[in-house]
Amino acid sequence: MSGKQSDFQAARWNEALIMELSETGARGIVPPAMDADIAAAVGDVVAALPAGARREKLPQLPEVPQHRVLRHFMRLSQMCMGFDVTTDMMGTCTMKYSPKVHEHIARSAKLADVHPLQGEQNMQGLLELMYRFNKIMCQISGMDEFTFQPASGAQGIYTNACLIRAYHESRGELAQRNEIITTSFSHPADAATPSVAGFKVITLMPGEMGYADVDALKAAISDRTAGLMLTNPEDTGQYNPHIREFVDLVHEAGGLCAYDQANGNPLLGKVRAGDTGFDMCQFNLHKTFSAPHGSLGMGCAAVGVKDFLRKFLPRPLVAEADGGGYRLDYEQGEGIDKIRAFIGNIPAVLKAYSWVMSLGAEGLRAVAETAVLNNNYMLKSMREVRGVTIPWPANNYPKLEQVRYSFEQMFKETGVTSHDVIDRMVDYGVQHCMPSHMPMLVPEPFTMEPGESLTVAEMDQMLAALKAISHEAYSDPEKAQGGPYNASTTRIDSDVPEDPDCWAFTYRAYQRKKGHWTSESRRKIERHSGGY
Amino acid sequence: MSNNKGFSHPYVPNAEPGIRQRLLKTVGVASTDDLYASVPDALQVKGLLDLPDPLPSEHDLRSHVEGIIGQNVSCRDHLNFCGAGCWQHYVPALCDEITGRGEFLTAYGGGTYSDHGKNQAMFEFQSLIGELVGMEVVGSPAYDMGAAVNSAVTMACRITGRRGVLLSGGISGDRLSQIRGFTKPVADLSSIGIDPATGLINLDDLKAKLTPEIGAVYFENPSYLGLIESRGAEIAEIVHAAGALLVVGVDPLSLGVLAAPGDYGADIVCGDIQPLGIHMYAGGGCAGFLASRDEERFVSEFPMILMSIAPGVEEGDIGFAWSTMQRTSYDKRHDSEDYAGTTQWLWGIGAAVYLSLMGPQGMDEIGRGILQRARYAAMQIAKLKGAKVPHLDGAFFKEFVVDFSASGKSVAEINAGLRAHDIFGGKDLSGEFPMLGQSALFCVTEIHAKKDIDKLVDTLAEVLS
Amino acid sequence: MAPLRLGLIINPIAGMGGAVGLKGSDTAEIIARARELGAEPQSPRRAGEALAAIYAAGLPLNVIAAAGDMGEHEAREAGFSPQVLGTELEGDTVAEDSVRAAQAMAEMPIDLILFAGGDGTARDLVRAIGGKVPVVGIPAGVKMHSAVYATSPHAAARMVLRYMRGGVAQRELEVMDIDEAAFRGGAVSAKLYGYLNVPYLPDLVQGTKAGGVSSDRVSLAGIAARIVAAMQPGQLNILGPGTTMRAVANELGIDKTLLGVDLVRDGVRLAGDAGEKIILKHLNVAETDSAAAIVVTPIGGQGHFFGRGNQQISAHVINQVGIENITVAATMEKIASLRDSLLHVDTGSQVLNRELAGWRKVITGFQTESVCRVAI
Repeated sequence: MSGKQSDFQAARWNEALIMELSETGARGIVPPAMDADIAAAVGDVVAALPAGARREKLPQLPEVPQHRVLRHFMRLSQMCMGFDVTTDMMGTCTMKYSPKVHEHIARSAKLADVHPLQGEQNMQGLLELMYRFNKIMCQISGMDEFTFQPASGAQGIYTNACLIRAYHESRGELAQRNEIITTSFSHPADAATPSVAGFKVITLMPGEMGYADVDALKAAISDRTAGLMLTNPEDTGQYNPHIREFVDLVHEAGGLCAYDQANGNPLLGKVRAGDTGFDMCQFNLHKTFSAPHGSLGMGCAAVGVKDFLRKFLPRPLVAEADGGGYRLDYEQGEGIDKIRAFIGNIPAVLKAYSWVMSLGAEGLRAVAETAVLNNNYMLKSMREVRGVTIPWPANNYPKLEQVRYSFEQMFKETGVTSHDVIDRMVDYGVQHCMPSHMPMLVPEPFTMEPGESLTVAEMDQMLAALKAISHEAYSDPEKAQGGPYNASTTRIDSDVPEDPDCWAFTYRAYQRKKGHWTSESRRKIERHSGGY
Repeated sequence: MSNNKGFSHPYVPNAEPGIRQRLLKTVGVASTDDLYASVPDALQVKGLLDLPDPLPSEHDLRSHVEGIIGQNVSCRDHLNFCGAGCWQHYVPALCDEITGRGEFLTAYGGGTYSDHGKNQAMFEFQSLIGELVGMEVVGSPAYDMGAAVNSAVTMACRITGRRGVLLSGGISGDRLSQIRGFTKPVADLSSIGIDPATGLINLDDLKAKLTPEIGAVYFENPSYLGLIESRGAEIAEIVHAAGALLVVGVDPLSLGVLAAPGDYGADIVCGDIQPLGIHMYAGGGCAGFLASRDEERFVSEFPMILMSIAPGVEEGDIGFAWSTMQRTSYDKRHDSEDYAGTTQWLWGIGAAVYLSLMGPQGMDEIGRGILQRARYAAMQIAKLKGAKVPHLDGAFFKEFVVDFSASGKSVAEINAGLRAHDIFGGKDLSGEFPMLGQSALFCVTEIHAKKDIDKLVDTLAEVLS
Repeated sequence: MAPLRLGLIINPIAGMGGAVGLKGSDTAEIIARARELGAEPQSPRRAGEALAAIYAAGLPLNVIAAAGDMGEHEAREAGFSPQVLGTELEGDTVAEDSVRAAQAMAEMPIDLILFAGGDGTARDLVRAIGGKVPVVGIPAGVKMHSAVYATSPHAAARMVLRYMRGGVAQRELEVMDIDEAAFRGGAVSAKLYGYLNVPYLPDLVQGTKAGGVSSDRVSLAGIAARIVAAMQPGQLNILGPGTTMRAVANELGIDKTLLGVDLVRDGVRLAGDAGEKIILKHLNVAETDSAAAIVVTPIGGQGHFFGRGNQQISAHVINQVGIENITVAATMEKIASLRDSLLHVDTGSQVLNRELAGWRKVITGFQTESVCRVAI
């Protein structure tokens, strides 16, 4: 099938670094004026600073007039493929429409300019919001209490690990129970955060169905098992039908079960963590619940627990106040140490709450079903794309919300890799896809999650792009390997960021090291083929 | 309720019954139930969840939600003198404008070629913070300052191969809690005594506690209670002589007038970027940063994404890419000693805008202005009967302690009195630092005009009498 | 960019047997039989594919090719003007020519040797150059038990080009030695023959994927530390072959044979490259309370932790030590490189194999394990 060449051209401003736009004396903004009376009363406060504390030279920040700062960042924003602008099916990210009305509500001074310590009576709106959303999340998940303190999914999962730790410690069993079990296709955080929390981590490799076998779990369980932390459906879009058995086995062994609901979009209104037997769970509000992803954050995790674990939640908790209204319970009790400052990422809570309120129960179920239907629509077409195979053919179940495809056949036949496809698809005006998290068990992986927001035409647009690239791979592989051609920037020397002699994370370092980039004596560095 | 009835809503176009039917037909199943074949029936919810009635109308939704948060009091309507980890500063219009840009707001994991603009903004954030703190390596934002401190001290332990961490005794209870929770498996914490006269760390105590087991020493500048440390270079020397690394936590907004820790010997610097053009959001605006010298032994321990600039293949072109991801928990998985995921990049972009607007002059002026206003407020309050400012003679930035013990009134009472006049007083420290008695931490920033400070003082006078 | 000095050795008859259902192309008889059956040389064609892709990239290269159909012809076909080593030989070439060509190349200033062939060719290179020069293998033979080959001619070309651009780290990959006679008789009996240095490009080499070089090193160190920490006083440790076990030896500060089974007690090596008899002898004189332990790592492309390269640890030995005293260690990288992350056992005893099959914990680091499927 031939593909029409895309005529998409990304904005390419070749916008200079802000530091390079600097002109001596230019002002971008003027801080509030010094009050003459105050100045007279206090004297030269800077001169009065002890010598060791005083800054001797002004920081070398750029001096740029205000409109030029605006243009700079506006142009940068134009060279960015947010969901507001184009189709984004990045696997495991659950990209969806972040309703604009939420942004407008959240901008209110009644939210944006609230101080977390200004007193409960002055934050009743905020507390009521959190209380109501707590109740909603309990209903959605089958849990009994939520905290919104963690600032991202990974931090939410870390909170789960800390809760497991606290539970066993309270029973004097932590020394013995030091193993957490997870799976290779659970999010990296399900393996990483228990390790950070001090646990030994056992990873179950997948069986021929592409998910972990019950027998594998049995081989991992012992009297040292502290808990199970996994994502289901996993990052491959496959739901492990034996999950209840998993939970029961771990419980029998005395462990706790934590459900990473990062891929919870297809389960909204359909399956609940509590019903599945889990003791705790976490949701990404900035994925499943439509809070915007924010260029990689402002993240927020909703961490929920069953009643018996409520006492371990980090403080403060939102509770009803005697005599009406709400209060913040700071009573430490057996609560784990704070995960993050203050109460949580409040704007994300507001947006998640608003989203659920707009959709209601029927709407949530429609979201889940549509995400799954859209995904299977994409899958149907992708099976016809030359060079694409679906791993684990033994698994005949429909996938849920995402699919991990493999371009291994295309690579063997043409030399074009999934990374080449990922780079080239940007030329079709769509956001690139993610290959896979580590470990990359699937060769030439490519993970797509359409979500529930897109129209059929938008899905077809993505399919057309991938078909065109496939066609190109088989007819003009060199072209397919050389993309992107119409992106905001040309291809870069990707060894530089990996080379200690060349990498530069600040303008200062860049000034100092860029001369070395063209040196013949650049060292041979270890290359890394990344996932994500 | 039949699954094939579909659902009509602006956010889920393909749930519309006709479209749903078409898709079901294409996929080749009778209903969406068939697509959930992998989920055991016993686990599936029967019927609908018990959730509040929906408000699909945007108008109704907005009324509802704004009705709830309308009960909040805003610090724009009230005078606010509370800080303690979250501070009220002026947020330039451009910061709101850019952090509101849909492209930035809704971008996520795009890479070198698809999100060039986001990457450049992040590189600029890293660069501008680097300028303030005097370091050449700055990471993408951390979850908050506490997370950055956690990463910093455990990094230092890994680098030195030691378990001991000395923390300034002046840090907040919340900060200590965060550090304690995170470092539990890998570090032994102890506290450096505070000199009550100055409110700063006691150097003799520091020296006494600097055993060969200590890998990291941490203090904040300004401290939690607002005090400015001027002995940074001396402390660095002491710490280094003992073979440990120095970690300093800063308020980046102070660094137009205060010395950069990188310049006086800090090895790792961290801080909170919320003061840099980010609204308070009741604590949701907090976001941290981590910085170090450009040495492999430090860089290899950073947990978060590091954005590196790189040359394009065409002369003069540049681009950006994530560097050395094998450092991170994404790659290390079960071998991780720290973790990072989605953090607070949007606030990093906002901070980049802020610092680009302010420039060196702006940072100098705001620093001066805050020093002045805070000192003025402290001086005036110190004149009040029943109020003492214990560190009035010292140097402080933005925040200072007021001791109300002599008044016979508790901070809670005083703050209630202030609230009756629409003023939020300082954070009650009596629980956190009982040795300070009935003390509160007052915060004065550039948004406080003289009349605001005078109003505070007058009201305090009234409340104290 | 300085031109890459690329050596080229093609075993022109590798792979001929496979196309017509014969196993291997080693002996003159097999080759004759293959030709009778209409077999065409596969190796030159696949080498040609790789060379064409390399040539098309237009990067500066000095190609040094073995003479005639051992490289020179294909290089010219692809458009190169190679420097030619040696002279063309009549008829079918034998292994000695590959060895001689490789040895000659290793004496020259050369950056990389590109070779096309099968296990036999890989073994020739081990004999000729060991780890002296890094190699990239174009898969062309029917027997592909060795881990050193790229996944396809395209992949081999990409490896060469990536290696040129800025260089990459190298890692040692296994070369297996299949007992040919036994193989033709239907049995598979493999030994670990040696290692070649291959550029580390995980997605391009047969069965290497996850992890990353530095994480691999960290894992190996962690595995070694864990295994050493678990060693009991007086305990007889039977350490299998492979680089993972070498890491254990490094942790102990002792020598270890890379390809053989060594016996260690209390941090001292009792025997190197021990055969079954020696192992049994030591097992029988062991007079401590600590049960003996077997520590092995998967060897070969099929992840055998018994039966490839360590048959000295026979079913007899295993039964005497006891299944519960077996430790299997592998980096996540190794596990991820196996098709379906599957391990295998082939102890020679079907009963024992069945007992070992199923799911097993594999040590993947100091504090980490993976549970992997073991098949017979």
